[in-house]
Amino acid sequence: MAISLVLNGRTVTLDVDPEMPLLWAIREAAGLTGTKFGCGQAQCGACTVHIEGAPVRSCSVPVSEAANRAVTTIEGVQGKVAQAVQAAWQKLDVVQCGYCQSGQIMSAVALLTSTPKPSDEDIDGAMQGNLCRCATYHRIRAAIHTAAKTLEA
Amino acid sequence: MQPGFRFALPQASRRDVLRAAAATGLIVGFQLPGRGAKLAVAAPADGVFRPNAFVRIAPDNSVTVLIKHLEMGQGTYTGLSTLVAEELDADWAQMRAEHAPADPLLYNNLMWGPAQGTGGSSSVANSFEQLRKAGAAARAMLVQAAAEKWGVPAAQVGVSKGIVSAGDRKATFGELAEAAATVTPPKDPPLKDPKSFTLVGQRLPRLDSVEKTTGKAVFAMDFTLPGALVAVVERPPVFGAKVKAFDATEAKKVPGVVDVVQIPRGVAVLATGFWAAKRGREALDVTWDQSGAEVRDSGTLLEIYRALGKTPGLPAWKDGDADGALAGAAKVVRAEYDFPYLAHTPMEPLNCVAKLAPDGSVDIWAGDQFQTGDQGNAAKLLGIKPDQVRIHTLYAGGSFGRRANPESDYIVEAVSIAKAIGGKAPVKLIWTREDDVTGGRYRPMYHHVMAAGLDAQGKLVAWKHRIVGQSILIGTPFEGMMVKGGIDATSVEGAANLPYAVPNVLVDVHNAQVGVPVLWWRSVGSTHNGFATEVFIDELAHAAGKDPYAFRRELLAKHPRHLAVLDLAAEKAGWGKPLPAGRARGIAVHESFNSVVAQVAEVSMQGGRLRVERVVCAVDCGLAVNPDVVRAQMEGGIGFGLGAALGEAITLAQGRVEQSNFHDYTPLRIDRMPDVEVHIVPSANPPTGVGEPGVPPIAPAVSNALFSLTGKRVRSLPFATQGVEV
Repeated sequence: MAISLVLNGRTVTLDVDPEMPLLWAIREAAGLTGTKFGCGQAQCGACTVHIEGAPVRSCSVPVSEAANRAVTTIEGVQGKVAQAVQAAWQKLDVVQCGYCQSGQIMSAVALLTSTPKPSDEDIDGAMQGNLCRCATYHRIRAAIHTAAKTLEA
Repeated sequence: MQPGFRFALPQASRRDVLRAAAATGLIVGFQLPGRGAKLAVAAPADGVFRPNAFVRIAPDNSVTVLIKHLEMGQGTYTGLSTLVAEELDADWAQMRAEHAPADPLLYNNLMWGPAQGTGGSSSVANSFEQLRKAGAAARAMLVQAAAEKWGVPAAQVGVSKGIVSAGDRKATFGELAEAAATVTPPKDPPLKDPKSFTLVGQRLPRLDSVEKTTGKAVFAMDFTLPGALVAVVERPPVFGAKVKAFDATEAKKVPGVVDVVQIPRGVAVLATGFWAAKRGREALDVTWDQSGAEVRDSGTLLEIYRALGKTPGLPAWKDGDADGALAGAAKVVRAEYDFPYLAHTPMEPLNCVAKLAPDGSVDIWAGDQFQTGDQGNAAKLLGIKPDQVRIHTLYAGGSFGRRANPESDYIVEAVSIAKAIGGKAPVKLIWTREDDVTGGRYRPMYHHVMAAGLDAQGKLVAWKHRIVGQSILIGTPFEGMMVKGGIDATSVEGAANLPYAVPNVLVDVHNAQVGVPVLWWRSVGSTHNGFATEVFIDELAHAAGKDPYAFRRELLAKHPRHLAVLDLAAEKAGWGKPLPAGRARGIAVHESFNSVVAQVAEVSMQGGRLRVERVVCAVDCGLAVNPDVVRAQMEGGIGFGLGAALGEAITLAQGRVEQSNFHDYTPLRIDRMPDVEVHIVPSANPPTGVGEPGVPPIAPAVSNALFSLTGKRVRSLPFATQGVEV
């Protein structure tokens, strides 16, 4: 079945099972592999994308739910919040294996968009759904604060 | 992961290791035997300068280091490239890294002999001289090329930050690449005096940060080939069960499913994509032959271990007369410690792409951690030679030991499926998270029995330590090298080398026979031995009425590296200084992979919940090539170890794994991550491990802190099962 969505600003039409999770439509049908498969049950956050700006776990959203909506992945995320987040991640060398980091960044961008000056508690609340087995959490927290400072300036 | 293959290593001195390196790898790596016998005499058509197996300098001025180890997060791309860049006097901005092709002679781990693989926290340690020499050789050839071009003596040519110069003449590496390719490589290029290092020891940006923050990094999961079929495998519900029969009728009705085939481990469903393959597997009907399968509960296993723990085991270390000294001691302290099975759960589930070629050879794309073993196992399956197995290593989304295993399980599965469909399409095997959590190869379950004696002055006079659990290496190809007299070195590491001065010691082992597949898990034997020894020594300090830090110090007089990290961690943590009400500290020190790490954990109880507020870590890892990567590995090791200590456990009910995904197998999340402060002991010694040594001290440090705060002694892990709310 053909489903159209606005993926990173571009309308794409994918011939997929409407029940297929958005994650696999993005990765296999649209060929964008920056969004990761980690658990398939919205437990780890590696698959986090934005639908109309809100963070969602794409492994647990049927692609049909994203029909005709704006979906943003790590490849397409842009704007000053995204730039500040990615720059902070690079400045502090947050990544280790890096597999979860697309999802971490998408969650962090959503957090800073709604809460420009988050407290540690805000960060814990917004980022708790994103697992990092390398446990880069200490630097994730620092990078979010760094990005918040950049945005304030 | 681990050592499995520290062939040369168990207790080997650093000198032995370096000698082994000099005797094998350096020479082999440099002479490129049989690969274009006459080296670099004609200019290469592409203008790229390839001075040796590790370095490539292109006309665009990029310097690419071929990385023989797997980049799985530990920073080996950055670490090995730093060594090359240092001796090459390159500019860090021109450095690139990519995984080397699989080759057991060119790209072997110098600590393992002729085997390529990553583990035992050995990447920088084994490559330290080799990669510096690779950089130094390339530099000498660039200098020679410049000298010939400019008609000046080579001695007048200098290199700094990627610019070759003599007087007012200057050239980039890229401009000299083609000419340098015609220079004869030096046999033994001189290395810098470490005092003149300009990049080693500095904070350099990781080479993989940008692509890993923009979604561009290609992990094995992201790799595919035209026409590839995605495969998922239905595996036995209990370990050791085999396929009796299967009915694929319904599975084949699922749109997108192309084929269903039996392989040794189970039944594979192949489809045009993951979702269809998974749907197909759900529709598959498999009956299993469970005769000979492991069907016991983990609780039953623990009872068996406890019974074994009451009887003498195989002695791993005997010094003096431990039983006699215990009998004569003024005070005897006894304690038992239990540890569950643990899963690695790297964020990237296991996966592998395999493509059979018409000539019978095979190409494999994977986050491959043990290329030589995987080549051997795939070759055996296909009846070809190992060098007909071409492994293309891609980024791994974590491993913690899982991706290297003696049977090459996930690699062999992918190749088996490709073989079963007659090579008609490339196969991309994907494990789901449930496959990963229930699929075995866990850190073994263990039961420890400890007893120690103190004399009337509180001096430690006897130490008995009994370890009961499955051996990781018995029955694998590593048995011959790593198992002596029934003692698996990975079962007793961290116990049979206890650093504390005790005159009478007995460490013994029971190798339990259980049908659950086990494997090394980040820091291996030290995951449990570090906890048992460091909590027990704390118990002894309290029994002796001494401060736990001071008690350790007294017993470590002959271990200056232990003392240095212990003192540094204690000082930076403010050991002995008052804390706000409701907080307490605990300390632990442990050596693994030739590095020593001490940690002081500061804990509180918040609303009845244990909270680790702050961890101060001190590490002696020899020369810190990339101090920021060392810090990152300590931070990550602490988070990894803390997650396991607080809540991770794999349990079995009638042989079935009771956990399935991250809702019931629970690694640390950000809200439980403490503040971490890392201090590196300055050292001029050759580098030692950093990927694993940060893990062992955290669990005992937290347990010791909790005791200090509440008087409750947690001896078994995870804390969540011990009446502690986490």
